[in-house]
Amino acid sequence: MSAFSENAQAFIADGPRLAWHDKAIWFVRQKRDTARAAVPEWEELRATASQIKAHTLSRLAGYLEQFEANAIELGAVVHWARDADEHNRIVHEILRERGVKRLVKSKSMLTEECHLNPYLEERGIEVVDTDLGERIVQFRHEPPSHIVMPAIHLKKEEIGDLFHEKLGTPQGLADPKALTEAARQHLREKFLAADAGLTGVNFAIAETGGIVVCTNEGNADLGTSLPPLHIACMGIEKIVPGTRELAVFLRLLARSATGQPITTYTSHFHGPRPAGELHVVIVDRGRSKILGRSEFRASLKCIRCGACLNTCPVYRRSGGHSYGVTVPGPIGSTLAPHADAAKYAGLPFASTLCGSCSDVCPVHVDLHHQLLAWRGELARQGLVPLGKRIVSRVGAFVLARSWLYQIAGKLVRWVVPLLPARLLRANAWGRQRDLPPMPRESFSEIWRKRGRS
Amino acid sequence: MGARDEILNAVRAGSPPPVALPEEARFRGLRYPDLRDQFARSVAAVGGTCVFVRGSLEEALLALPQYRSAAKVASLVPGVERANVDPAAVADPHLLRDVDFCVLAAELGVAENGAVWITNHGGLGRAVAFLTQQLAIVLRAETLVHNMHEAYQHISIPRPGFGVFLSGPSKTADIEQALVIGAHGARSCTVLVLE
Repeated sequence: MSAFSENAQAFIADGPRLAWHDKAIWFVRQKRDTARAAVPEWEELRATASQIKAHTLSRLAGYLEQFEANAIELGAVVHWARDADEHNRIVHEILRERGVKRLVKSKSMLTEECHLNPYLEERGIEVVDTDLGERIVQFRHEPPSHIVMPAIHLKKEEIGDLFHEKLGTPQGLADPKALTEAARQHLREKFLAADAGLTGVNFAIAETGGIVVCTNEGNADLGTSLPPLHIACMGIEKIVPGTRELAVFLRLLARSATGQPITTYTSHFHGPRPAGELHVVIVDRGRSKILGRSEFRASLKCIRCGACLNTCPVYRRSGGHSYGVTVPGPIGSTLAPHADAAKYAGLPFASTLCGSCSDVCPVHVDLHHQLLAWRGELARQGLVPLGKRIVSRVGAFVLARSWLYQIAGKLVRWVVPLLPARLLRANAWGRQRDLPPMPRESFSEIWRKRGRS
Repeated sequence: MGARDEILNAVRAGSPPPVALPEEARFRGLRYPDLRDQFARSVAAVGGTCVFVRGSLEEALLALPQYRSAAKVASLVPGVERANVDPAAVADPHLLRDVDFCVLAAELGVAENGAVWITNHGGLGRAVAFLTQQLAIVLRAETLVHNMHEAYQHISIPRPGFGVFLSGPSKTADIEQALVIGAHGARSCTVLVLE
């Protein structure tokens, strides 16, 4: 059994909680649908966004150089990191040189990927995640379970208990409004005491050298307008050519993510604030390798809206932590095996290939095709479990020979009704299902009869 | 070879054949029969309040209880009589921590999402927009545009500098998807549209 299946098994053991999680996430998908319905040109917008990304990826090196030159012109310092280690070293060095002891962070999936927080904490720097959901999971010493709603797996009572312990809120307090207020007071002190702020980057504009950060809470803005030092970490794929193209993505991002028409704060940073510093760290971490693989390249178009997670029947019923990676869900399942195919071999199978992810993706990433392509790739690398391999071999053998397929069909129709139901329950797919009654005749038999009459 | 060149070389090696950039003319975007009405609806939908002002700005502000009760009022807009903090003049943004009410001017408003475009004019005082407990935005009615495509054609982006599309008050839904207004930034956002 894959690591994913094992983790998911623990998650689904609590039936009512599973149903709650499924419903909570589906609610977000429905909000997305409502927002999408209000934009008549939605499909054209998606197609345009996808093509802008395809264009940008086709001349990414040029755009990265253009962005760098313009950012430097504005007074920013640009760093390049090949991998997580180099990224962490660069960030730590910037902080160490300036004697930074307290860092406030807004949401950055990239720094989660790089495990920046423990790296800095081991070196004596206090790191405070300031997005409410991120702060909650940081208190619990666990990773986010969703890229947009990091604490979506938790119930308000659990957060109440956590805040009682960490922030001294009254025992039993579970009102989201009161808990948010407690976090506001706690984090305001952290913002005011911070020596530096770190943010992710939603978009980096090649034409202007600026970066754009989207939040609803305003944490990125407080974290970068109080302390004099701002570090922004971005993957190489965050580039957009110009503000004209940026408009297309901003119309899609929040609608796809939470059903809002735009995030509350869409902040454009061009150079450092007066008497301050802005450092932009551009990170590869396997992205250039994905760019070179034509069948998987489109995954670099992703704008991390989370829509594919919210719609995925497997994500909703297995929880983000089951994936064991920073970015879970369909997009995570196609990204993760690039880093370590053996370790993440279970993820491309954590999908029904229903295609709902591809349908909602605002930039047309062909997610379910990629997951299927991964299955083939993993089989070629010998990373598919024996059981699956045998079934696939037998299936391929039978499907390639129509006479054998006919016989097999007849056998199934005859044998299956005679089998005890218990046998069916032994299979993971059969556990919650009953087989439909077997038809007397196969489709080709019915077809032949119709032809005669 | 350094990280920069190694990354750029790897990107060049992996890049597909050139793909054309979609033409700008393809998009006019969603347009509304009544711009002002749609803007007001969008501001309300994102948790803010939109007020059309025919008289004086001060009169409109005095109608807001959060303005009347504010001890510290910061303003970058002329004609705010209760203003007693000048965010443009502070040497340290931390001094703005206890601002109760803040009035800022926006360059333009967007009907499709209720966002307004605010820039910091290069000062340290930009923090006030996020530190203040209550926020009021002043903009002229003729600056309203239909959608983000139009917005980017009209706004000026300070370079170097800071600009933000701000849509309603600060909010979060990180606890069980329950929408809570006033996460870290302003607890209320009133957009005053001058006619």
